[in-house]
Amino acid sequence: MTSHFLTRSLDRSATIFLAIVAAVGVLLPLFNLLLPDTSMLHVPTYLMTLFGKYVCYAVLALSIDLIWGYCGILSLGHGAFFALGGYAMGMYLMRQIGTRGVYADPVLPDFMVFLNWKSLPWYWQGFDMFWFAALMVVLVPGLLAFCFGWLAFRSRVTGVYLSIITQAMTYALLLGFFRNDFGFGGNNGLTDFKDILGFNVQAEGTRAALFALSCLALAISFLICRAVVGSKLGKVLIAIRDAESRTRFLGYRVESYKLFVFTLSACIAGVAGALYVPQVGIINPGEFAPGNSIEAVIWVAVGGRGTLIGAALGAIVVNYAKTVFTSGVLAPYWLFMLGALFVLVTLLLPKGIIGTWNAWWESRKATGISEDADSAAFEDGAVKPHMAE
Amino acid sequence: MNGLDTRKTSAMLYLDGVHVSFDGFHAINNLSMTIAPGEMRAIIGPNGAGKTTMMDIITGKTKPDSGDVLFDGITDLTRLDETQIAELGIGRKFQKPTVFESQTVEDNLLLALNVDHRVRTTLFWQDSRADAERIDQVLETIRLTGARRRLAGSLSHGQKQWLEIGMLLAQDPKLLLVDEPVAGMTDVETHQTAELLKTINRDKTVVVVEHDMTFVRELGVRVTCLHEGSVLAEGTIDQVSANERVIEVYLGR
Repeated sequence: MTSHFLTRSLDRSATIFLAIVAAVGVLLPLFNLLLPDTSMLHVPTYLMTLFGKYVCYAVLALSIDLIWGYCGILSLGHGAFFALGGYAMGMYLMRQIGTRGVYADPVLPDFMVFLNWKSLPWYWQGFDMFWFAALMVVLVPGLLAFCFGWLAFRSRVTGVYLSIITQAMTYALLLGFFRNDFGFGGNNGLTDFKDILGFNVQAEGTRAALFALSCLALAISFLICRAVVGSKLGKVLIAIRDAESRTRFLGYRVESYKLFVFTLSACIAGVAGALYVPQVGIINPGEFAPGNSIEAVIWVAVGGRGTLIGAALGAIVVNYAKTVFTSGVLAPYWLFMLGALFVLVTLLLPKGIIGTWNAWWESRKATGISEDADSAAFEDGAVKPHMAE
Repeated sequence: MNGLDTRKTSAMLYLDGVHVSFDGFHAINNLSMTIAPGEMRAIIGPNGAGKTTMMDIITGKTKPDSGDVLFDGITDLTRLDETQIAELGIGRKFQKPTVFESQTVEDNLLLALNVDHRVRTTLFWQDSRADAERIDQVLETIRLTGARRRLAGSLSHGQKQWLEIGMLLAQDPKLLLVDEPVAGMTDVETHQTAELLKTINRDKTVVVVEHDMTFVRELGVRVTCLHEGSVLAEGTIDQVSANERVIEVYLGR
């Protein structure tokens, strides 16, 4: 009985979550575009872009929750997939600048002219086409995750060791992308974007559309993750998380399952990064910093691991707090506060915000049921001890 | 028959001259044993005798340094990994009950069902009448029908042991390896477990590792006593428990 209630209440909360995302995705841009500045409900563009950034972080958090919350893979390098998706989009945006750059070269981005490069490197080919860039946004992080996962999971690298090598992976990429001769703008990264699909990146309408698209990406990613964790495969993932070797003895090829979910997760993270870049207007190697990936794991822990909704919520709440606190007198102490938050959540709310709420809700329901069951049993004259759980 | 020619033995499980050492400690020392198809065998022996290591070798968790391990007369188990061995039809129940605690009893059984375990088929798996019937049947056998929707973690210790045996049944293996099934059970539960294993043995080969001599006696099957990684004695429970060496190293005087 409990499980029926659980799935039903979860389905309901999933619907509520999607309704909120849809409402925010439609209303915020409308309030921004249609209402006059003087209106109480007018949403300033800077605020919408800021929330657009949070929504992209929420998508990243979902991708982390999918592997960490459900399969027990703690990736401390997921920011790498996010950044790669971001770079793929950044490369498209760079190619759109054309002759409007400082050096006015029709093909080469400014930094390549500055480095005295004569032609476009092979890996920049095709990025003038949006469909190609969009494909790379998913494909590049996915391919890296596939290769990385294939090696790591087949060698049965798990737990803290896996976390450490994911950190090493993102750090290696950080160092690579910092180099000028790597061909991605080095230290400065990619910036000074002009157009996306012919629309001015800075225009209010474009920003509103990007915000709405980010919300759409959040909704779709959520639905994909829900479908995966709700399937029989989702049950296998939880089985792997809770008792990996038991799952092997049942005849499941654990490494294939991990590889599938890790690759899927990296693709979702890539999409998040791609939507993030046109909204913040820059992508640089700093996005690969190991600290970023760890911060993303904290969002998931705060919101509630293994709940999906919690991960998205955690990303938005923690980042909103970050914006508030880093812009005031408390700015120098933000990192201490983030650390304290993580410690407090681990100690006091180990299930995170949504996890704790779910547990409370279930126990309330369960007491309700057992009272009902007891009275029913009393009437039937039969006691059903199992129902009392 | 060509098929028969390739078989090296008629045994369901055949171990010959198996050695395993961990950092110089000889966990398994020239172990040889044969389990016939349809047999139920009880394995006893003091701690460190190599009972669990033997299970690890059969299920592919540990690779022996030398020796032969053959399943069904033809398959060399030392060349396969856990997943392949499980797919062959060898199921294992662990010493410590290992069920998926955060999932329901019926989901535990669903996961154990002997079906296609590849990623794609699992992702698009549809609940079927056949699966449901199989699960119902197993639930009935392990007496957990009333608890089917409970989380496995909320079961009593004895119920968890049964659920794990149920998972073995759902796997529908040819050979069941059962490690200490009655540890921590009440007398009634122990008795019921013996009955359960006897029922299972009607159509499956079973190897049971157990310390509880009352339980082993109740099973009424051939007993092998291991000591320091090799077979010390083998025979009926009365023969084995009368053996001087067995009394000395294991049963006590």
